[in-house]
Amino acid sequence: MDYFEVFGLPRRLRLDAAELQRKFYELSRRTHPDFHQAEPAEAQARVLETSARLNAAYRALRDPIARIEYLVRLEEGRDTKEGAAEKPQAPPELLAEMFEIQEALEEAKAGGLDAAGRGALAAQRDRLAARVLGIESDLAGRLSEAWDRAVAEERRRLIGQFREALAARAYLRTVLDDLGTALGESQDGHVANRRH
Amino acid sequence: MSRIVGIDLGTTNSLVAYVDDATGLPRVIPDREGQALLPSVVAFTPAGVLVGAAAKRQLVRRPETTVYSVKRLMGRGYEDVKDELCYFPFRVRPGDGIVKIQVGDREVTPPEVSAIVLKSLKERAETHFGEPVEKAVITVPAYFNDAQRQATKDAGRIAGLDVVRIVNEPTAASLAYGLHRLREGVIAVYDLGGGTFDISILRVKDGVFEVLATNGNTRLGGDDFDRAIVVWLLDDILAGHGVYLGRDNEAMQELRLAAEAAKIRLSTDERTALTMPFDAFTYHREITRADVEALIGKLVESTLGPCRMALADTGLAAADIDEVVLVGGSTRVPLVRRRVQELFGKTPHSQLNPDEVVALGAAVQAQILAGGITNMLLLDVTPLSLGIETLGGIVSVLIPRNTTIPTSAREMFTTSVDGQTVVDMHVVQGERELAKDCRSLARFELRGVDPMPAGMPKIEVTFLIDANGILQVTAKELRTGKAAAIEVKPTYGLAEGEIERMVEESFAYAEADVEARLLIEARNEADTVSTHVERALRQGGELVAAEERERIRAALEELRAARATDDRDRIHAATTALNRATEHLAEVMMDAALKGALGSKRAAEIMETK
Repeated sequence: MDYFEVFGLPRRLRLDAAELQRKFYELSRRTHPDFHQAEPAEAQARVLETSARLNAAYRALRDPIARIEYLVRLEEGRDTKEGAAEKPQAPPELLAEMFEIQEALEEAKAGGLDAAGRGALAAQRDRLAARVLGIESDLAGRLSEAWDRAVAEERRRLIGQFREALAARAYLRTVLDDLGTALGESQDGHVANRRH
Repeated sequence: MSRIVGIDLGTTNSLVAYVDDATGLPRVIPDREGQALLPSVVAFTPAGVLVGAAAKRQLVRRPETTVYSVKRLMGRGYEDVKDELCYFPFRVRPGDGIVKIQVGDREVTPPEVSAIVLKSLKERAETHFGEPVEKAVITVPAYFNDAQRQATKDAGRIAGLDVVRIVNEPTAASLAYGLHRLREGVIAVYDLGGGTFDISILRVKDGVFEVLATNGNTRLGGDDFDRAIVVWLLDDILAGHGVYLGRDNEAMQELRLAAEAAKIRLSTDERTALTMPFDAFTYHREITRADVEALIGKLVESTLGPCRMALADTGLAAADIDEVVLVGGSTRVPLVRRRVQELFGKTPHSQLNPDEVVALGAAVQAQILAGGITNMLLLDVTPLSLGIETLGGIVSVLIPRNTTIPTSAREMFTTSVDGQTVVDMHVVQGERELAKDCRSLARFELRGVDPMPAGMPKIEVTFLIDANGILQVTAKELRTGKAAAIEVKPTYGLAEGEIERMVEESFAYAEADVEARLLIEARNEADTVSTHVERALRQGGELVAAEERERIRAALEELRAARATDDRDRIHAATTALNRATEHLAEVMMDAALKGALGSKRAAEIMETK
């Protein structure tokens, strides 16, 4: 049973978040181990598995981007590791710009970041953050809508587009993290804020 | 299903609660004297083991064998705790993974000490119900890792309890509040206890309590406030009297208890005074709330980082939080309340007693598990990311932090050498990139892999975090479909055999019976009073007449004689008589001390009026 089926949903990307949450709570009331304590060990083990799958399904579907990542894995028959993202890949049209940023980052690491350099890096960071937002709204908006309308052949093409966009997003997010670190803006100096 | 109680196993105090069938409301079970809080202190005396208030009274008398704040040591290795060991008067030694505590000629582990506290609560509940109590829900800090949770579960087992669920303290508290007092919406639970800090953010809707994110610090609490005050007092005593008391275990315990008491008074009063008689001098000091706030400001500040990170993980802003709930005794500190209010921009809730609310919530969860409550459901999360070490020591995350539990992840493993029959895995918990910076949970050995060319075997390993937040691992060889044998070596835990041995031995640490305990207490009280009187005679004997001194000496002699017998009533009577004989001397000395302390101020006033 795939995660869409867990919620009795078709393989569509545009979901009503409030409705998904309502269903999640309703199903949790049925499958959570808390309500099956008096049952024999074997039944409890089954309940544990069902409950774990429901939680994983909700986690994968509640966020529009995670939903697309899951859909891509599902369509390609790679359903093993939960949360496995697309391999980061620099968007081709940004290669030159990325090269510049990497150089600036190297400089920053070597300790040579003056006020002007800092300002330039911060501006780059803001540009990239805007770009990531753009990719995300494209994924969750236009491309998701296209998927829900599409049929077989077109769907295969869209999966390719999803992968490309996800890889670019993953790459940009890594660069953003590096920029944040170089600018000393990682929250509270705590490494714990690594994103998942 | 049989009765299940809820237990809050705290750093400083522990409690047991249940849901009353008639009212449907949770209630704390008090002891015979009507006390709800059981101090989490265990004293190992030659005559037997003391728990709770009786053990707490041994802190100054027997600092080396009276164990307190053991929760800070649960599920930890020596490396984790060695920095704070200087604050403990008892000896903590490295054990096999976990630490051990040396009490006299024997060694005990932190779960065994906690088991003694749990057993006392179990007996309290059994007396209350008049029937055996075998099942419990026990709470832990939300930010406890796998080893700390497992250690808590082990403690329950050693105490003869079936721990049906480990629940996170802040979420338990939200259940207690949720019964009547919460509107639907997003709530933040700020839980600062004796030794641990948690922040949990939950969505409450249709009876479902869904934890969105949790963060915290399992080594930050009221204990640390006390330590900061003690360090300051030590400096002040050194400056004023030229004596450094830092290596005197008894004096340190007196200072710690005095600092704690002053901190508590300063939550309601603006200023307070300490008067502490030591052997060579009497220390007198006035402390203001501002003094203490200056000392603990940084510590309070350091709880705000985890709050912001938890918020960031939920994707919400502080303004999106509908309600803030305060839990844990340390949230009585006004500075803590101010900072929390500033951060979230709203007045926090604290209608329920912050010492009791976690136990009440544990009782609610126990009632849910027993089938007595069906309209409430708690969906908690795992606080730390779970991963495995891969090539180069890099962590590959399998289950991210703040994933709703129960949850599972599957991973494929294979061999790297021809004919290899054993595969190793190293499981870690934490948010860092490198395995060495994370918390090592366990090393797993998959055995009995059929010898094949490298890369051929396909072993599917399932990592499942159950509703307790505890990891279970199973493996299957996909080619043959047979379950692979797994040997688990927990990095910071007790092996199965050790736990069984401890369960058997636990009666050896049985609490001293009532008669023996009362006698030990009477003798200790006699010793404490004698020591004080001897000290008073040395320091202030000259302030009273010779015949009064004689009367005191005679009472002292009688107490010594009484103490040598097993007659508890006689010891009591002699102690009371000695106390009465010294009342006047104590008054005279207190006057003298106050005059001394105020002397300089008076002099200044006199100068001004001239």
